[in-house]
Amino acid sequence: MPEALLSKKNQKIVKDGLWDANPITFQILGICSALAVTTQLKTAIVMSLGLTIVTSMSNVIISLMRHFIPSSIRIIVQLTVVSAVVISIDQVLRAYMFDVSKQLSVFVGLIITNCIVMGRLEAFAMSNPPWKSFLDGLANGLGYSAILVMIGIIREIFGAGTLLGFHVVPQWMYAHGYANNGMMVLAPGAFFLLGIIVWIQRAISGYAESA
Amino acid sequence: MKFLQDTLHQAGKLFEKGRPLEKLYPLYEAMDTFLFTPGKTTPKAPHVRDHVDMKRVMIFVVIALIPATLMAVYNTGYQILLAKGLPIDPAQCWKLGAFKVLPIILVSYMAGGVWEVLFAVMRKHEINEGFLVTGILYALTLPPSIPLWQAAVGISFGVVFGKEIFGGTGMNVFNPALTARAFVFFAYPASISGSKVWVAVDGYTLATPLAVAAQAPRGSSAIEALNHAGFTFHNLFLGFIPGSIGETSALACLIGLAFLLITRVASWRTTLGCVLGMLAMSTVFYLLRGPDRLAFFNLPPHWHLVMGGFAFGAVFMATDPVSSAATNLGRWIYGALVGVLATLIRVINPAYPEGVMLAILFMNAFAPLIDHYVVEANVKKRLTRIAVKNV
Repeated sequence: MPEALLSKKNQKIVKDGLWDANPITFQILGICSALAVTTQLKTAIVMSLGLTIVTSMSNVIISLMRHFIPSSIRIIVQLTVVSAVVISIDQVLRAYMFDVSKQLSVFVGLIITNCIVMGRLEAFAMSNPPWKSFLDGLANGLGYSAILVMIGIIREIFGAGTLLGFHVVPQWMYAHGYANNGMMVLAPGAFFLLGIIVWIQRAISGYAESA
Repeated sequence: MKFLQDTLHQAGKLFEKGRPLEKLYPLYEAMDTFLFTPGKTTPKAPHVRDHVDMKRVMIFVVIALIPATLMAVYNTGYQILLAKGLPIDPAQCWKLGAFKVLPIILVSYMAGGVWEVLFAVMRKHEINEGFLVTGILYALTLPPSIPLWQAAVGISFGVVFGKEIFGGTGMNVFNPALTARAFVFFAYPASISGSKVWVAVDGYTLATPLAVAAQAPRGSSAIEALNHAGFTFHNLFLGFIPGSIGETSALACLIGLAFLLITRVASWRTTLGCVLGMLAMSTVFYLLRGPDRLAFFNLPPHWHLVMGGFAFGAVFMATDPVSSAATNLGRWIYGALVGVLATLIRVINPAYPEGVMLAILFMNAFAPLIDHYVVEANVKKRLTRIAVKNV
């Protein structure tokens, strides 16, 4: 009997990616891009969209092919599929959002080597049917996005006083001696924020690493 | 006295288990043990019999900081009068300086204290007296014109990220006061570097001796540039110069050092290591001086000791027993490298006018590694001794 589209099991897949096994805060993957593209919210959003599409699409494709991939060359096959998806996204960005594409520079291309994508392919898509794989890819992508957007919002507000390019810190605050935080623009600022987010999430979920 | 103690203990009952203020017990405990010697004995071995415990050690450091703090207050006022071109009147110096410096110290204690209490309550440990030291050390490393809210943000960062996330006092890898200062340095560079912030008068520009020496044209004499700007060796040693509030006077730091060494709170090896490291590195630069070299190269080595935050850093920051090396040989290595690095950054790197803070933080990260190798080497040496005996 076919399983319901959003059965208990499938719900758990989604919840894992978003919360219990969040790729950034739990698996600590994809940190490099999380630090590099989050000085502004805009680039963070575009990057998140890109990665979500790549993980979900490549998960589906690999899942469909999983019975025909010889296990000795599976990494190469996975990489080929991921590269194809990433390059298509890069081309779309260049065609329609050229300035954002320039700001993201190599990081879109580097999604190919992003641990989250490869990790989900190896851990999930190789042994699960397409719909489940799609949910898993989507959930992990969105879990990554949630963290990126959070960091992006905080860094842009405190680092530049703007949000999506609009001024949100009122002028009178600057007039009274408020100053933008230079640390937020630097990579260490993102590291500290990421640390705080991991801290908060683990405090809520009660997860502790075994020594 | 008896009356005071009874009153305190009466109030203390409110904080016991099951009473309304149970959660705030650490606050009461801290007050009690600050004021009176605790009546408790250690439940487990070792039962060390000594009048010195951690609270007394920390108080010793605070006492050692008194000369530097007094000098900070006086010099801040002195610089203000000098900048405004007013006659120098000691009473006026104390008054103006106190108005500038005391708020910074108070804010540092209050903002940091809030975090300290919060963590003590949440984690149910005692409030740690180490904060008494961190709070004032940090305040003394700030420029007198620092906006108070930035000082507060800085110390919050220092206490939480420099200390508490590692598990509190005794577990921190980095010196919390320097971590706090480094945060302000990178987050609000306009308030803590450049030439506009060292005298607490709006819009008044005065370069510190370090900046003067760094900006003198290539090949010219650094001493002449300094003297021309009004900085004599005598001046630098006594500390009547612009700079971070507590760091200007090498003399005040020396008095503090003497106290720390007599009470054996600080390790003389660390401080001497810093001095030797700095002298060695600046001698190398001095030997390399020439017409097309930076003017900083031809500054005689002993000048380096009285400039910038070196004296303060070598006496109070590098010797922090938690974040510095703990073995005797390790202390020599650690101190020497702090001195070498501080000189390197100060002379060669135009982006950072002073290198002491960064050098100490950097070596803090390496201190455990140095200790590890010192211990390993000792183990090896003793093993060979055994091997020889057995042959």
